[in-house]
Amino acid sequence: MDHAEEKKILLITHGPMDEYFHGTLAEDIQKIYGFTIHFEERHLDLNAYYDPVRRQYNGNSIISYLHETTSATYMKTLGLFNVDLFIPILTYIFGQAIFKGNVGIVSTYRLRNEQYGLKQDTKLLFERLRKVIIHELGHSFGLVHCYDPSCVMRSSTYVEDIDQKDFGMCISCRDLIVKIINNLQTSTF
Amino acid sequence: MDKKISLLIVDDEESVRDSLYNWFIEDGYDVDCAKNAKEALSMLEARDFDIILADIKMPGMDGMEMHKRIKSLNKDSIVIIMTAFASVETAVQALKEGAYDYITKPFDPDDLSHLLRNAVSQISLRTENEALKDRITTLENIDDIIGSSEAMLRVLKEVESVAPSNSSVIITGESGTGKEIIARAIHANSPRKYFPMVSVHCGALSENLLESELFGHEKGAFTGAMYNRKGRFEMADGGTIFLDEIGTISPKMQIELLRVLETKTFVRVGGNKEIESDFRIICATNKDLKKLVAEGKFREDLYYRLNVVNIRIPPLRERLEDIPLLVDHFINKFCTSMSRNIISIKDVTLKRLKDYNYPGNVRELENMIERAIVVGNGKEILPRDLPLDKKTTDTSYESLEDLEKKYIANVLDKYEWNISKSARVLKVDRVTLYNKIRKYGLTSPGKS
Repeated sequence: MDHAEEKKILLITHGPMDEYFHGTLAEDIQKIYGFTIHFEERHLDLNAYYDPVRRQYNGNSIISYLHETTSATYMKTLGLFNVDLFIPILTYIFGQAIFKGNVGIVSTYRLRNEQYGLKQDTKLLFERLRKVIIHELGHSFGLVHCYDPSCVMRSSTYVEDIDQKDFGMCISCRDLIVKIINNLQTSTF
Repeated sequence: MDKKISLLIVDDEESVRDSLYNWFIEDGYDVDCAKNAKEALSMLEARDFDIILADIKMPGMDGMEMHKRIKSLNKDSIVIIMTAFASVETAVQALKEGAYDYITKPFDPDDLSHLLRNAVSQISLRTENEALKDRITTLENIDDIIGSSEAMLRVLKEVESVAPSNSSVIITGESGTGKEIIARAIHANSPRKYFPMVSVHCGALSENLLESELFGHEKGAFTGAMYNRKGRFEMADGGTIFLDEIGTISPKMQIELLRVLETKTFVRVGGNKEIESDFRIICATNKDLKKLVAEGKFREDLYYRLNVVNIRIPPLRERLEDIPLLVDHFINKFCTSMSRNIISIKDVTLKRLKDYNYPGNVRELENMIERAIVVGNGKEILPRDLPLDKKTTDTSYESLEDLEKKYIANVLDKYEWNISKSARVLKVDRVTLYNKIRKYGLTSPGKS
């Protein structure tokens, strides 16, 4: 899939990211969604989103902020954070995107091995992060959770679940995303 | 599951509603939200939801009161109560009053998924259970046997009267007349209907295979018997066993069968333990069993044990007036299964169908209609869609005697074996008719 140049996916990072990660993720996104990705580094003050009772950051409020402040020129915008995110109903989230919306968030906090008393593993962290980003983008395009154990759209509640799935989609999710993006192309471009 | 599970979220906090909405939409549910109990109840009056996820504390009406009202609207809805840690006791009270489960906020993502998975599997089980019950009460209901002809109504009357008893039944009729359907109708209208009906097509199995099929076998009883296996008599415990093509079983099997019918016990092949089974037996045949008895090919004692009640299903050519009903039924059946619009049939086509003699009976008509729908124009069935030309001439090869026998049987059936009336119609005297009945071995249905 290859789409018009003017529509890109924006990934906002809060702090510098590894060049290797940039390149690999850009390849994934291009391959799966057919869009190029633009990286932007921002330093957002997250204090306003901190919930002292839960000692976590409110993901819904951050999504609202991104929604209000992001340029409509981007197809999708995804905020990448390193703090522990929650939404009111859940104890934690790895990521969250507005279903069929334009904005999503992802956190590395619970993807790190150190969080579970294990040795730091940057490569594994990047692999998990890539999967969560591809997964949340899938929701933003309208894909629901998949029951195929290896499909990236399978729901994951633990990091082990993320490790078990692939970076790619199963045949049915792939067919569906191609249809969705073709429809978007027809209606948008 | 084909149909999406519908889910209603009831919570006064917008952020909770939005988060849950997004979470469940991503899981593929059909989700709707209500901000209070009043709104939820009016939504529930308009449509059903499979699962309702309701907060226990809401202004106006709390989750407990709403739960009671939901149950009065739709007792099948699954209600899950959401609660803050402080109100667990109230949630437990809700469980006692019939709520499916409760979950404390905020939820662990895994707990929420697990809870919903369980609720969905309960819904699947319930749907499956209802489908099975429907199948018992509708598909095999006596009312669903197609036919309004006098001959068929008589069969149905016999089914109705014999079903509640425990008597053995022999169903006779040509191939394709629907003997198994009648057997199923008897079973479905009997007190044994919630137990299995087990069918065995005796003609399709060799003597050894039939023995193992009917009585089961022990591991190592013969080459290839790698496991113990229950036989059909064992499987039919509490229900009905239907033995089709009973006229084909070997003399050895006839003895075995007689013994099982007399004792209701049997031993698995290669085993030594007597197994008891409480079953009712229904047999079917397209052969003349009485003739086989006379020829020494079928045991007389077995014949009398099986033939407590005899139901003869008339061939289709003897109930041509049922053809329009049957055609309508098959058109509906096949158009629905092929996801097509219901098509019509031209009068001239129906006439052609009524002129045919149907050696393959209802099964042949069914296949003809299916073929006509497949090859036809999608709007109506035309004569050219029917493969009739060659077969309609089949009767010209029957002997005069055969034709006479069939005709006399037809008239006798029509006048319910009233000899005087039948003789008048046939324009022969009563003695001649009695002689013909004897000559052709005709028997009145119900008499052995």
